[in-house]
Formats: sequence, structure tokens, C-alpha cells
Amino acid sequence: MEIKMDMISEDKINSMSSMEKLRFVLDGVKSGNIVVLEGGLTPEEQMKLIELTMTEVNEDFPGIEMSGYPTKRGFLNLRRKTRLTVVGPAKVMRTIKKEKDLISAMISAI
Amino acid sequence: MGLKKDKAIAILTWLCRISNLPQKKFFYIKRRMEKEMKSKRRRKGILSRLIDALFFRKKTAKIGIYGPPNAGKTTLANRIIHTFVDENEDIGVSTEIPHETRRAVRRGGIIIDLKSKSVQNQNPTPHSKTEERKSKAKLKLDVVDTPGLATKIDFHEFMAYGLEEEEAKKRAKEATEGVIEAIKWLDDIDGIVLLMDATKDPYTQTNIVIVGNMEARGTPVIIAANKVDLADAAPQRIINAFPQHPVIPISALKGENMEELYEEMARRFR
Repeated sequence: MEIKMDMISEDKINSMSSMEKLRFVLDGVKSGNIVVLEGGLTPEEQMKLIELTMTEVNEDFPGIEMSGYPTKRGFLNLRRKTRLTVVGPAKVMRTIKKEKDLISAMISAI
Repeated sequence: MGLKKDKAIAILTWLCRISNLPQKKFFYIKRRMEKEMKSKRRRKGILSRLIDALFFRKKTAKIGIYGPPNAGKTTLANRIIHTFVDENEDIGVSTEIPHETRRAVRRGGIIIDLKSKSVQNQNPTPHSKTEERKSKAKLKLDVVDTPGLATKIDFHEFMAYGLEEEEAKKRAKEATEGVIEAIKWLDDIDGIVLLMDATKDPYTQTNIVIVGNMEARGTPVIIAANKVDLADAAPQRIINAFPQHPVIPISALKGENMEELYEEMARRFR
């Protein structure tokens, strides 16, 4: 079985509204794709994504596996810079190891 | 806010009386008005929140116990109630099966009174004025025991614990609702105790998401590194992972180091 990976540029992500982003990510993941977002999602968006995912969990779709780096603080701690976020179907993707600046994930076809 | 609301309700009552509005209709309008005022309160800006924090401290702090499934949230909530309310009262049941708590449970009117605790200590050790003040802190709070936050809920996992398929599916469905409920509760709480399992990797996405959300909202967070009574516990990993927040190593089950957690709660959530 082949697994598709969508790598989305920061420009495309920034052109979408928060809800559009979440819908785009979840639709991609529900189709079995791994979605890699350059620039990532904010913690609020990630929380919304978890909430949205929970409304769609069923026997065939147990949920998502999500990995990303914590947001970086900018000048005087005022500006928050989000970083890379990887989202995949929980059936396919599994985070093995995660550190401050390293994410190791296993992707296995069913 | 309270005065404005009382005035508005008094005006509404008077208007209803002079216009002979049915009582049912009056209560419907009153409920809508209260709901509207409540939602307006949630949309406060940073400045309003700062002024509130400086000048209008809440008498009771609503504290949410958050964390991943099986971190020991219900055990901690029970421990707090046993210590400060009633030794025989339990907020919930804790088992080894994940997602045992699938509905948020609130227990109000808990008074964390460290002053009485320090009085009980017959041989106090010499300490500074700050430490003395900390040890006499008093905090009235409502504890909210929330369902574990997770990004996936697979009913097969419950079957591994011996549950029948139907029961496992039902539990999975309830657990998804529980996660949503826990997220919704974030809007209504004044501070959180984020519980992490000290035997596990702290860099999970749910932990990062909770901490990130609390930082964005400006809500105080205390991280409790639970299960330090176990041999493979490594609370230092949690301290290294979240250096910007206070991390207190505890064992909610055995009651180890709980005093330090209560002191930190009284200091942070007042």
C-alpha cells in the first residue's frame, strides 16, 4: 500500500482561514495522507483540530497522530512563531521519539 | 458587572409588569439576557483581564486537572478532596483502563488551608519570611476533574483490557465526547494543574498543545510530574521539557510531596 505525503508551504497555509486549514488537514488525513505543514499550526488551532477530530472518530477512523515543535517566542516574548507540524492518520503514523528539536515517526502501511 | 446585571433585571421586571407580559416569557427573556452577559464576559480583552487580576481577585478559583489518559488526574482530585474536605469522599473512580473518566466532574468549595497545616507541625524548621508566608497561604477553589486529552481513541485498545466489543465501542464514543468536554472547559477555568506521567516521555503533542494554549490565554499552569513512586520515574525529563513552568514531582497515589504542590497552587492560583 502506498502512502501519500502532502507537504504544504507556509504561503498556502497563511492564505487560508483557521477553519479552512483545519478542514484541509483533516480531509487529507481522513483520506489516508500524511500532511506536513511548513510553519505549522498554532496551539489554539491544534486544540481545535483535536476537537474537530473527536467529532469524526469512528470504527474506521480512530483519530490522528500529530507532532510538532513548540512555538518559538519572538521579540520581548510578544510574537509567537509556529513551526513545523506533521499530522497523519493514527492507523498509519506513530511518533516513536520526540525531543525538543527532533521528531522520529514511523509510517507503516496496513 | 453584578450591579449592572441586577439593574438590568430590575428594569426588565418593571417593563414586564407594566406591559402584562406572561411570566413564562419573562423568565425566557431573563435567561437569554443572563446568557448574553455571560458570553460577553468571556470576550474580555487583555487589559480588562489584567485589571481584573490586579484589583478584582476571584474569591474562588476554578482549577482544572488536565493531562493525558492514565496520568492520575482522578487520583489527584481524590487526594485533594481527602486532604481538605472528607476522607471518605471520592470525585471519581480510577482504574488501569484508559478513559475511565469520560465526563468532567466539578467539586466546589474546597479550601486549601496551609495555615492550619503549619499549626499542626509541632517542630517547625527555621525558614525565611517568604517561606513562612507561603506556608500560611489559604485558597478557596473548585476542582474540575477532566477526561484525558488524546488525539486518537481506538476501541480495540479497550478490548485489550478485557472489555467486550460493544462495551469497548460505547466507551470509545463516550471518550471522544469527554475529550471535547475537557477542551470546552478550558474557557471556564482560572488555572490548571497539568498532570504528566513521570515514567513516560513528556514531549507528547497533547502536553505541548495544553501548555501552548494556556500560555496563549495567560492562564497559570502548574505541572505535576506524577508517579514518582515508581522506579522508572524521571521527573527531570519533564523539568527539562517545560522549563518555563513550575514542575512539582509528586505521587498522587502515595501522597508524596503533596505539600509542595498545595503551596504552589495557593501561590499561583490566588
